[in-house]
Amino acid sequence: MTQANSIAAPAYSALKRDRVLLAHGGGGQLTDELLADHVFPHISNRILDDLLDASDLGRQSGRLAFTIDSFVVQPWQFPGGDVGRLAIAGTVNDLAVTGAKPLAIALGVILAEGFPLANLDTVMNSVAATAKEANVRIATGDTKVVGHGHADGIYLITAGVGTIPTKRRLNPNRVRPGDKLILNGPIGEHGLAVMLAREMPDVRSVVTSDVAPLNSLTEALLAAGGNNVTFMRDPTRGGLSGLCADLAQRANLRVVLEESQILVHPAARHAADMLGLDPLDIANEGKVFVAVKPRAAEKVLRAMKSHPLGKDAAIVGHVEAASEGFCELHTQIGGRRIVQKPYGEQLPRIC
Amino acid sequence: MIAIAPQSLPTSRSHETIAQTLDRLRSAAAAIDRRISLMEVCGTHTMSAFRSGLHSLLPDNITLLSGPGCPVCVTAQSDIDLLLQFTRIPNVTLCTYGDMLRVPSRNGSLERARANGADIRVIYSTLDAIAIAQQNPEKQIVLGAVGFETTAPATAAAVLQAEALNLPNFSVFASHKRVVPAMMALLESGDVHVDGFLLPGHVSAIIGVETYRPIIEEFHLPCVVAGFEEAHMAAAIATLAELIRDNRIDLLNDYPEAVNSAGNPAALQLLDQVFQPADVRWRALGVIPNSGLALRPQYATFDAQRRFNLQAPLDAEPPGCICGRVITGAATPHQCKLFATACTPVNPIGPCMVSSEGTCQAWFKYARFPARFSGSLVPSRGVQS
Repeated sequence: MTQANSIAAPAYSALKRDRVLLAHGGGGQLTDELLADHVFPHISNRILDDLLDASDLGRQSGRLAFTIDSFVVQPWQFPGGDVGRLAIAGTVNDLAVTGAKPLAIALGVILAEGFPLANLDTVMNSVAATAKEANVRIATGDTKVVGHGHADGIYLITAGVGTIPTKRRLNPNRVRPGDKLILNGPIGEHGLAVMLAREMPDVRSVVTSDVAPLNSLTEALLAAGGNNVTFMRDPTRGGLSGLCADLAQRANLRVVLEESQILVHPAARHAADMLGLDPLDIANEGKVFVAVKPRAAEKVLRAMKSHPLGKDAAIVGHVEAASEGFCELHTQIGGRRIVQKPYGEQLPRIC
Repeated sequence: MIAIAPQSLPTSRSHETIAQTLDRLRSAAAAIDRRISLMEVCGTHTMSAFRSGLHSLLPDNITLLSGPGCPVCVTAQSDIDLLLQFTRIPNVTLCTYGDMLRVPSRNGSLERARANGADIRVIYSTLDAIAIAQQNPEKQIVLGAVGFETTAPATAAAVLQAEALNLPNFSVFASHKRVVPAMMALLESGDVHVDGFLLPGHVSAIIGVETYRPIIEEFHLPCVVAGFEEAHMAAAIATLAELIRDNRIDLLNDYPEAVNSAGNPAALQLLDQVFQPADVRWRALGVIPNSGLALRPQYATFDAQRRFNLQAPLDAEPPGCICGRVITGAATPHQCKLFATACTPVNPIGPCMVSSEGTCQAWFKYARFPARFSGSLVPSRGVQS
């Protein structure tokens, strides 16, 4: 090897290994290298390693639940998590709140040319850690690269399959007057953490995203409450406002929330005030809202409180009969007001 | 670097619980044998009152009205149109606050202009605009600034910094307003009956309490400075009711932890150095003498309108929109034919529906179905002169 070559070779190699190239998405050797070096080492498992065009998930009992979500959060990394953790937790939670036990996840990765490969490693590592935490496998996947400027860094698409035990049924139309409403902790932190990271990078805040897979919590509370649990949902985009206004409308009931029981971390409240936002409207990624028949409410609450993700759980409201469905808030100072679905994208690209 | 320190939850005045405040309010109200209208002139107060359900707690004979306190709402349509004109000048980057983006004008909103390729940046601090000017020497940066005496010092600081940095590509379109002249003009117009004012904590922290003295002296109305939280507001309303019950015309400061009688000397000095009082146009109120802040002649080189030689367009309200009457408290949103039908936060027609501090948005969001509540959820229009 000549001296000139020995200088050029590392430079080329450094370029190749440093950032995503268009050629990484071409389906050729470079694609193999990308997968071998930056994807499989993180998420390897028996099903994925077969590298079949479709994965065999085997025979399953119960009903199947199927969901998909896309994640375009900007910035891709934020206090408390990143797009990888968000994608896995988001899909696991969509399954979990319908009562399904997550079985497998399909992962699509869209990379922009020039995205640092070290960042891809961070994301994939986080995908793997979160999947492990949720006890779910990445069973199949796909990677594409688009030209610089055609996408913003990295986008993930996750589809999830889960199994719903035969007798389990969670649905807004099972919610009845008298049902108690339980929430597992403080609200607003995910949306605020992302918003602050993006819009006010100079502001140092202790607000961190609550993003977490909730399936172990939902299984614990379903084990305690059984069919007394009538409905669950995670208050993501649209926040608690959107969820409750929607539930009230769909079930045609009055949903009454007690502001004094809804936790907001003081730093989150401060950040929301600064951004002119109402914590009730802000997205969460580690919260579950549970409707449960009154006779089982305390038992479900206890089960939630004994789980790390539910230690701050509280009964935040109840359901009343109404001629027309809407959500009402009893405020901290004893006032009343209605709660409506936030009308637009108050915080674009938070997930 | 600004650090956000965790703060405790909002509390009422240290010596009084919210229950005690409400008792004080009810007892004062019971001793007043007529209906009274109190007015706040602060967008933060508007939102706080609605968000906390404060209206539902007021005694039946007390109505809380929103006056001209929302900066976006009081901005004249002609100023909005001018902002849009800046975005059509090649090579101009317009920096503005987020609330301005969606305010409609005859030629579309800034949001739509941005979608069509105009370079419009949402800023949270005027110094962001300075940084953008430094980073883009080939562009002309126009800071479109609105707001009362609370935000004007930040604009002044940006002008001084641009001067110190000798920035040739930075200019300001300032549509700043002064609260007191607007309150005086409102009272002089006789369009709306007010029995007392809840003075804005934000603005008062800058301009001080004594500035409001002419309102007491000329119009014989009690005024109380109130903090931003609902408990602060309730306490100030109770104090106002007590003043009215006792026939006392006084100017009180119920927010001494942030507001003093002389204001913030550093901010006032900044304002005085860069700006001078000017006759400016308000939405629907027309030109009010000395109610705005114009750059002093020595800073005229930073005047964006002058730099780009733009003429103010004719002022014209959107047809059917009664924002002008809403911001003076002369009408409530549900009296507008467009409210919650043609005009919604998704498709706003007037600025009061756009701004997060706007009265129409507050009604839309927190009080659209007043009939469903037994208590008075929203300010009724019991008193109208």
